[in-house]
Amino acid sequence: MERETGAREGLKGWLNPGKIGKFGIERLAWLLMRLTGLGLLAYFIGHIWETSHILDGKAVWDKSLEMTQTTEGHLFLALVIGMCVFHTGNGIRLMIAQMGYGIGKAERPDYPYKPQSINMKGKACIYATLGMAALAMWYGMAVMFA
Amino acid sequence: MATLHPKLSEERSQTVVSSTKSVKLKIKRSNPNVNSEERFDDYVVPIEKWTTVLDALLDVKSHLDHSVGIRYSCRQASCGSCGMKINGKPALACFTKISELDSDTVTVEPMDNFPVVRDLVVGFERMINNHKKVMPYVIRDDSEIDPESGMREFLQSPENVEKYIQFSSCIKCGLCNSACPTMAMDTSFVGPQALAQAYRYIADDRDKGKNKRLKVIDESHGIWRCHFAGSCSQVCPKGVDPAMGIQLLRGYLLGIRD
Repeated sequence: MERETGAREGLKGWLNPGKIGKFGIERLAWLLMRLTGLGLLAYFIGHIWETSHILDGKAVWDKSLEMTQTTEGHLFLALVIGMCVFHTGNGIRLMIAQMGYGIGKAERPDYPYKPQSINMKGKACIYATLGMAALAMWYGMAVMFA
Repeated sequence: MATLHPKLSEERSQTVVSSTKSVKLKIKRSNPNVNSEERFDDYVVPIEKWTTVLDALLDVKSHLDHSVGIRYSCRQASCGSCGMKINGKPALACFTKISELDSDTVTVEPMDNFPVVRDLVVGFERMINNHKKVMPYVIRDDSEIDPESGMREFLQSPENVEKYIQFSSCIKCGLCNSACPTMAMDTSFVGPQALAQAYRYIADDRDKGKNKRLKVIDESHGIWRCHFAGSCSQVCPKGVDPAMGIQLLRGYLLGIRD
């Protein structure tokens, strides 16, 4: 496709909170999907690095495990749980929508032109996914801080 | 000389045309051909409840500053010329009433993700080129009208028209491309406008160019870059719902649709 330089918003187009206010919960879900994806990728790399310590003997392995046995470590793991649940739940919603289900049916548009693809089913799924992520984080913290 | 009907004359004389309200119009000014300076110029303009942003801009041009660069034509949301960012959201200036913005200050800026020509005018070259790439016309090997072989126009049932008519309302205003977060980062992305138009023609049962179009959009900066933020559909002034078209279009590539 044709490339055009000097005509893009850049990261401002992603991260500007004003955009979420103007474009709704779907835009927030889109942003969180990207951020949680990047977060989980970073965690995955860190996880491989951490578990690779098992090759250096028991003492090193036990020491590496201690990194997450702190308050900050527990909060970090709770965040990972939240990211994982949101990314999974929202990913399932997106897969279903991208197969053409739950986005309405093409029909003659009429004023005030409310888009069918942005509907209550999708919004409810996003809110439910956010709720599940919060619940999983709360449960995770309850177990880790018990 | 024709005279007015007495009742009509009386009615006209009682009509109050003077404005009781005004708003501050903040217009982003720039001219990349001269320098990189960007600034906001403020103008106070009188408004009525029916005043559109375009009316206010034309008021500024007529009475306050004729140098403001804007593009417009039909004034009725049909030509797609006056797209701009109004209070941070892409919209048509002729289709946005100031009274509905519920703000004493109206900020107008050029659309995002398009190169600025001057002030509120942006360049559409890339969008139009991508639009052309998806071949926005019915593709067939046979001619539509061939008197020698007795060929007439291609018939189509009303049910089949409904499958694509929504997407044929596109006026190429560029608001969807401006709102799209993928367009904000990927300067090569084909964009929701072109993708929705690809679906419009593929869903048309007179068309035989499905495979050609799918080949165009099934590439690294094509349809797979859309992640269904839905912003394109939220700003479309004609109810095209590009996000729906893109998801339905994916069905052809995933083998869900024939």
